[in-house]
Amino acid sequence: MSLTPSQIETIAGLARLSLKAEEIPAYADSLSRILGMVGELEKADTGDVEPMAHPLQGQVQRLRPDGISSANERALYQRNAPQVEAGLYLVPRVIE
Amino acid sequence: MTALTLAGLSAGLAAKKFSSVELTREALKRAEATQPALNTLITVTADQALEAAAVADKRRAAGDAGALTGVPMIHKDIFCTAGVLTTCASRMLSNFVSPYDATVVARLKQAGMVMIGKANMDEFAMGSSNETSWYGPVKNPWDVTRVPGGSSGGSAAAVAARLAPLATATDTGGSIRQPAALCGVTGIKPTYGRVSRYGMIAFASSLDQAGVITVSAEDAALTLQAMAGFDPRDSTSVDVPVPDYRAGLDAPLTGTKIGIVKEFFGEGLAPEVEARVREALAIFQKMGATVKEVSLPSLPLSVPTYYVVAPAECSSNLARFDGVRYGYRCDDPQDLRDLYTRSRAEGFGPEVKRRIMTGTYVLSAGYYDAYYLKAQKVRALINSDFLRAFGQVDLLLGPTAPTAAFGLGDKTADPITMYLNDIYTIGANLAGLPAMSIPCGFAGTLPVGLQLIGPHFGEARLLGAAHRYQQETEWHLEVPAGYVAGFV
Repeated sequence: MSLTPSQIETIAGLARLSLKAEEIPAYADSLSRILGMVGELEKADTGDVEPMAHPLQGQVQRLRPDGISSANERALYQRNAPQVEAGLYLVPRVIE
Repeated sequence: MTALTLAGLSAGLAAKKFSSVELTREALKRAEATQPALNTLITVTADQALEAAAVADKRRAAGDAGALTGVPMIHKDIFCTAGVLTTCASRMLSNFVSPYDATVVARLKQAGMVMIGKANMDEFAMGSSNETSWYGPVKNPWDVTRVPGGSSGGSAAAVAARLAPLATATDTGGSIRQPAALCGVTGIKPTYGRVSRYGMIAFASSLDQAGVITVSAEDAALTLQAMAGFDPRDSTSVDVPVPDYRAGLDAPLTGTKIGIVKEFFGEGLAPEVEARVREALAIFQKMGATVKEVSLPSLPLSVPTYYVVAPAECSSNLARFDGVRYGYRCDDPQDLRDLYTRSRAEGFGPEVKRRIMTGTYVLSAGYYDAYYLKAQKVRALINSDFLRAFGQVDLLLGPTAPTAAFGLGDKTADPITMYLNDIYTIGANLAGLPAMSIPCGFAGTLPVGLQLIGPHFGEARLLGAAHRYQQETEWHLEVPAGYVAGFV
């Protein structure tokens, strides 16, 4: 299993990571090696095995009632925001 | 001198030998003194600690103190702490002051524990050597040229150096047990769903579980008692009653069936580690346990399975870090895409980016069946192997890590070499089983860890076996040279 630099660029794009050109060969090398190691899974005979998504076998994901459970603490939460104005989160202009 | 264990300090506080304020001052002094050499902490919370200690002393004077009240402790920096920096050892969260407490933090606070600081760790808990931290590596107090293990390296090294008797930790593929082994301390990863993950920053949601690193199994029992239990705020929290862990500690081992996992004793296991583990096994036999070899044939596939499942889940969980509402934002973004891609590229370190990209690839169109679905099927095989083994034995025993602590920088060049350090620990995460690491002697001057794995919700039995072993041995009371095992 070997990934090309252009495949690495595609993956980084999907993952929303901007890589510098000089970083790409090292990621191509390490990801190829990881996928090579992961390739061992092909050896396993998993014919009619049911996939296991999590260890809570037989349990159904619990849901909470769809009601208000906590107070509005917008000002507190926005203290961590990089940029806010009038209670709104600011990002670069999207629509001209 | 009072032993710097939770049980010891708790008894000392109850007997009024010292106050929580005195104890907390000493813990803060040790934190400050050891920080330059060990780098175990990202944040020290001296003012809040002294305030909490004073409150604990008042509680005690009013007759309202429990076993944990007034005892200093450390939280891994993956747990959200209200009003305190919570970084996950990442530049991405290097400016994040949590607006709320994780359930684990709230429960230990309610019990009266005094947090003295936040422990260093691998970035987003991704690593086995604590070398991926944005805040620099933690050093092993047994030998500062060596790693403490990871990802809970700061928690393990801080307890080994006796800054405090316990530190919280988390375990996705061995992140409690492997550093506990490499630092010569006790660590427990409970059953998946046993301890709430509300407010614990997510890495791989089908594997992550919170636990604790302590000096002894008794201390682990006391702490887990306060941490465990149903939490409606965590949808994976299981509503199963929490037994009295301390009451079960002295149960005799006569008749306990211990399984020796054949696959744990193959190629790659250091001879000295194997020797210590076999010596420990002989002690369990002397205490009345019977031993049987068991085989988990799919276990050798646990590392490849993990390196599909964990990166896949991490790529999804870490998508939330986008530079918009909290966390790191790059300077002068040109447009929204530039804001996302550059904030993430600059905010995450190389190992985190490697795992996000691995996960993105295995989940991408055309590869899902070959990688993710296949890994989930192999995971089912590994789980069946464990269930079959627990049909024959009560506990499984083996080494925690293949070697004692390795040198700083030794394994950073090749991710696969680093990943193989978790070869014995990952299985318990894939199957969601509780597991512990306890000190069982030394390889040269470095501690060796013994791993015990139990069936689902078998924490009481695990803790009991570990405690009985610690009654017969004193490996867990060994302290690295230059550090003080007691207080006053």
